[in-house]
Amino acid sequence: MRAVSPPGLVFAIVGGALLCVPFMTLAANRIVAGHGVMVWALGYWPALMGMIAALGAGLSPRPTLRLFAGALGLACITAQVSQGADLLLADAGDYARTSPAAGFWGLLAVFSLLIADALTQLHPRPLLRAGLLIVALAALAVVFWSGLLGDLSIAQEYVSRARQFWTALAQHLQLALGSLAVAVVIGFPLGVLCHRRGGLRRAMLPMLSFLQTIPSLAMFGIMIPLLAWVATTVPGAREIGIAGIGFAPAFVALVLYSLLPVVGNTVAGLDAVPPATSDAARGMGLSATQQLWQVELPLGLPVLLTGVRIVMVQNIGLAVIAGLIGGGGFGSFVFQGLNQTATDLILLGALPTVLLALVAAVLMDILVDLARPVSETAR
Amino acid sequence: MIEIDQLTKRFGETTAVDSVSMTVETGTITVIVGTSGSGKSTLMRMINRLEEPTSGQVRINGEATGTMTPHLLRRRIGYAIQGHGLFPHHTVARNIGAVPRLLGWPKAQIAERVDELLTLFSMAPDAFRDRYPGDLSGGQQQRVGVARALASRPDVMLMDEPFGALDPIIRHRAQEDLARIQRQLGSTIILVTHDMEEAIRLGDRVAVMDKGKLVQYARPSEIIANPASTFVREMLGDEDRPLRQLSLMHVSDLIEAGDADGVAIDADASLREALSACLWSGRDALPVAQGGRITLDAIRAQAEQPA
Amino acid sequence: MKSGLILRPFLVVLLLAMVLRPVWFTPLLAPLAPENGPVIYERASLWSLTISHLGLVLAASLSATVVAVGLAVFVTRPIGAAFLPLSRTVTNIGQTFPPVAVLALAVPALGFGAGPTLVALFLYGLLPIFDNAVTGLRTLPPVTMDAARGIGLSPSQRLRTVELPLALPVILTGVRLSVVIALGTATIGSTVAARTLGEVIIAGLLTNNTAFVVQGGVITGLLALLIHDGLVLLEKRLSA
Repeated sequence: MRAVSPPGLVFAIVGGALLCVPFMTLAANRIVAGHGVMVWALGYWPALMGMIAALGAGLSPRPTLRLFAGALGLACITAQVSQGADLLLADAGDYARTSPAAGFWGLLAVFSLLIADALTQLHPRPLLRAGLLIVALAALAVVFWSGLLGDLSIAQEYVSRARQFWTALAQHLQLALGSLAVAVVIGFPLGVLCHRRGGLRRAMLPMLSFLQTIPSLAMFGIMIPLLAWVATTVPGAREIGIAGIGFAPAFVALVLYSLLPVVGNTVAGLDAVPPATSDAARGMGLSATQQLWQVELPLGLPVLLTGVRIVMVQNIGLAVIAGLIGGGGFGSFVFQGLNQTATDLILLGALPTVLLALVAAVLMDILVDLARPVSETAR
Repeated sequence: MIEIDQLTKRFGETTAVDSVSMTVETGTITVIVGTSGSGKSTLMRMINRLEEPTSGQVRINGEATGTMTPHLLRRRIGYAIQGHGLFPHHTVARNIGAVPRLLGWPKAQIAERVDELLTLFSMAPDAFRDRYPGDLSGGQQQRVGVARALASRPDVMLMDEPFGALDPIIRHRAQEDLARIQRQLGSTIILVTHDMEEAIRLGDRVAVMDKGKLVQYARPSEIIANPASTFVREMLGDEDRPLRQLSLMHVSDLIEAGDADGVAIDADASLREALSACLWSGRDALPVAQGGRITLDAIRAQAEQPA
Repeated sequence: MKSGLILRPFLVVLLLAMVLRPVWFTPLLAPLAPENGPVIYERASLWSLTISHLGLVLAASLSATVVAVGLAVFVTRPIGAAFLPLSRTVTNIGQTFPPVAVLALAVPALGFGAGPTLVALFLYGLLPIFDNAVTGLRTLPPVTMDAARGIGLSPSQRLRTVELPLALPVILTGVRLSVVIALGTATIGSTVAARTLGEVIIAGLLTNNTAFVVQGGVITGLLALLIHDGLVLLEKRLSA
């Protein structure tokens, strides 16, 4: 084993450099650009010492130590930004806003990667990973509800839009997960059919991959006249909420995007069953349905779930675009923010989206690992 | 008894199996042997209707299979294949109990049957029952595959190159195991192989297939003595024929009175083994453990080309 | 395949017509436009928007390809091996970042205009190319690699004459994924004031002019389909 972890060395150098760029900014109000404040100018020494110690401990070749170093680093930058906000706002005007700056974001990335790198090496079992995810989310919730970061500009944006924020979250999840559910209900049987009939597969998969190629904004846009037409011509469509603008076109577009990964991975998962196994299953007298549920599905489940993971992460991201066509979700904050050049409003939309996508990815990876046959995970 | 009657299978232009008729007696091992593409696997797969015949009929104990529901028919027929085809996500016990479970046997009876079969295949039930196929050696996987095929005491057992993936030493043991278990249980087995050696060693009767046609169907000794065509002769391998012939006969057939020096040979051993022992130790005669001796000259006389 | 022979030239001609002679489509689009509203987008020439759109994608994808392949070569050499697990983790995490969010997050750092779009396209474009290049370079047939060493090729000769050519189809798949994502994300770039075809769609959305939305949507859709198709053909030719 080496004396120093090479990635740790890179983290230490980059982290050290990041300590020398502005850690926070202070602005007179929410629109104007602020001026940067260095981390040492914030005068909260324990946190600064902690960050340096964490970068140092990150050099260790022992992954467990690096894991704790990363966690310590994250705790220190949070404490620093919390203390820093108090200090900066103490003698600034009523409309003054303070935000984390490049130094904070850079160190956030460095310490997160330190943790990720250590976890890759430790390779924890799925259930332990689930535990770690819960701990991380709990820590985040504590920081959020304790008001530790309440003085930051993004928190101010949140406070003035608290109700909209939670509505946006609900809409965002409805869009991303609802469309996923519909795509699974349509795509799974379609995948089973494609697996059994080569002709259907050759026609279906290229078509779905073409759909996937269309740029999202174009797809959302083209849905508008289509659904407007459905709303006016099909009786009863308008009553169930189908309209040319808003939630419906966004939802349909997301379903269309989701079909390729769902159908493709269903086919790939069912194909992954070893030929000898399916021949034996047939030979010993399993009916077609029994083969599907007892052999093909359990064996193909990891690949199938990987398809669901792809769709979930993809849809959480694409649902942002719904904000452009009045479909709600975090996209509305992002695009409002872009219109008003209000950075913190952009962040209020973008950060939760990124967080949702990350949590979904980690969660689905755990499920995929759990779905692997026992004998495979035992190795 | 299984009667195969004018069975034919065509894939488009090619005829894989061409009007084959043969009868398999209950309680025997029948080996179908041929080169790849000879139609031997297709012939076997038509018996449990993994392939549907183009024409012709298969009857099991007088009952035509064509009228049965395919997957119900298959539950009555054991099936073991090369590379075993075990379910990697199920334990050994669950794999072996698969067909009994399909047939709705009570749990306790299935468990009992699984343990019985594991013991039969010299695998301690307590040690193997709850393991997964991925944790077993190739030979063990193969035995579990055969045990699974036997689990429901099927009328017939079909085996498609069951030992094809095993290395020579393990293959030899597996063949001996199969022969022993078949004698013990009196099962009816139809086995497909490309290995004439295996066919001769295991088969009560051997069916030789060439280009979709059944070219000879006879006892192994008959096939060695009177190959029906040049193809059968080639399959036998001319230079190995005397040795194959010797491998079918036992020391007990040639015991004569008298003494000989050196290590004794068992009366149950084949003449081929006796020949080997003579050549290896440079002796002209071997003592037989049960009394008497066997001479190299007597063995040599048996290996001569029949007139 | 036959249908492709007819369909492809037809789609190319359709695309060119929509970009160069948008007026021809007035009768088709008129019913979608609001009363007395404009039918054809005329605030900027569609041709110049298309060129600017493609220019952004090309610049971002080319630089992403160079950097990503370089990094992939680095982490698959003994000297960079210590960074392989980390680089895979970064790629995995990075790919869960929504492209739109990357674009939105680039704005606070870089301001509005083509700059943040270019950076977002570049950063996001790195991931699939890097991912595929690493896979391609690590899954070469061991026998071939052994033979390459056995006949006495130096490490750099092995890289140039064996590893990169063999990994090329896989790398190209990554480039294609990256280009398709870049084409889509560039469309959204118009919300941060980059000049791209997204402008037409956004203008339509803001003025409730479905004619604009369809015009922009069909042009970007066709563009992406044809580029995707062309890259698939290229991959097939190279791996055959």
